[in-house]
Amino acid sequence: MISIEGFKDTFEYIQMFGEGMVCTISLSVLTVIFGFVLSLLLAYMRMSKFLPFRVISTAYVEVFRATPLMVQLFIVYYVILADVSLPAFKLFGFIRFERFIPGVIALSLNSGAYLCEIIRSGIQSIDQGQTEAARSLGMSQIENMRYIILPQAIKNILPAIANEFVTIIKESSICWTIGVQEIMSAVYSVKGATFSIGEPLIVAACVYFCLTFPTSKIIEHFERKMSRGDKR
Amino acid sequence: MATRDNLIQVKHLKKYYNKGALRALDDVSVDIHTGDVMVVIGPSGSGKSTLLRSLNLLEVPTDGEIIFDHVDITKKKMRTPDGKMVKINIDEHRQKMGMVFQHFNLFPHKTILENMILAPVKVKKMDQKEAEQKALALLKRVGLEDRAGAYPIQLSGGQKQRIAIVRALMMEPEVMLFDEPTSALDPEMVGEVLEVMKELAQQGMTMVVVTHEMGFAREVGNRVLFMADGKLLEEGTPEQIFEHPQHPRLQDFLSKVLK
Repeated sequence: MISIEGFKDTFEYIQMFGEGMVCTISLSVLTVIFGFVLSLLLAYMRMSKFLPFRVISTAYVEVFRATPLMVQLFIVYYVILADVSLPAFKLFGFIRFERFIPGVIALSLNSGAYLCEIIRSGIQSIDQGQTEAARSLGMSQIENMRYIILPQAIKNILPAIANEFVTIIKESSICWTIGVQEIMSAVYSVKGATFSIGEPLIVAACVYFCLTFPTSKIIEHFERKMSRGDKR
Repeated sequence: MATRDNLIQVKHLKKYYNKGALRALDDVSVDIHTGDVMVVIGPSGSGKSTLLRSLNLLEVPTDGEIIFDHVDITKKKMRTPDGKMVKINIDEHRQKMGMVFQHFNLFPHKTILENMILAPVKVKKMDQKEAEQKALALLKRVGLEDRAGAYPIQLSGGQKQRIAIVRALMMEPEVMLFDEPTSALDPEMVGEVLEVMKELAQQGMTMVVVTHEMGFAREVGNRVLFMADGKLLEEGTPEQIFEHPQHPRLQDFLSKVLK
């Protein structure tokens, strides 16, 4: 059971949790960046007038939303990248690059599908009259997107984006299954060494909370800042 | 009158939906001269808004020509005098055509001042300070200089529409298009918007106005078009249209709207 002794033992391995946390943050930040770029491309294709683009993007989103992340991760790691020899060095001295990168790829491909749907719904929620006003003032479609549509769309979808970012941080724990040394791997190392599981799990939960809670608070702050035009 | 320039020539403009089953515009031709205040009237669904929105290609016509500044803007490319094919940049032509919408379409995430200077600064590369001064002068003209820092949601409908008009004027257009500018307003606010439009007309601005305000058409317009079922049925001076209507559809329409 859970005991003070157990926590004392667990805290002897606190450095592993620290390294795990750095690894989880790196995984999540890279996933957010690549996933966001991918989702912009997918959303663009999804709203394109060119039918093949729409078909590809829609199929991509449906497939990635309808299959488990773990299956996607294993397919990337054991099938697609099976014969690719990634450079085997350690990031920051403790993150194994050749396992880390497949994790980033799988998480990005997955979150790209979810973010695509969020962005598409955000853009389509903006009244068509906004585009008409911008275009009638002589703005190009790109200027319209940049100055008029995206600022309003992003404000509307910030809660959904915050949710997705928090999900990415939590879901990144699945990368432990392909040997990425993130927070969950620290839990199992402690279990192996001390035979206690409850205490390291509680520590892990606290670390995850310390990452996700500020993330949603920071995005909430931006949300407030962007809704200046809403108040009477 | 006859010597005035043709600013926009509309030739055989057609807009079909469902392969011609629905004809929003059915072979409409009209010349708009510099300085014209052309008012388009007609029952709803007559195609008057479609005609107006076609002038700056917010609505892409099925067939026909719109010649603006000697360029047929319905085409993607044109031949220059020396025989080269060049792309027609519709954005450049739209800069010369201001447009005011029924639902104002101010940008809600920007202040009034930002709404006004955005396009001049970003599109026309006007100096920021210069644009702000110009915007404040225009705001003063419509009596809203104290609202420069407000957001659109803080304004009344009439104020929003006056801002929409001066926002379009910031681009120094050659022609202003009004798409039912007072239809979404509370009755007591219609006057203040029409007043701004009237002033604009008196200053010689070329205007095309789709409206149900017959008083405005009669008082301010110098030409009135009557449309029904996508066709241009009658055209004339306000006096001809309102005092001596010829087409039975126009007579019927006027008997309903003029009580």
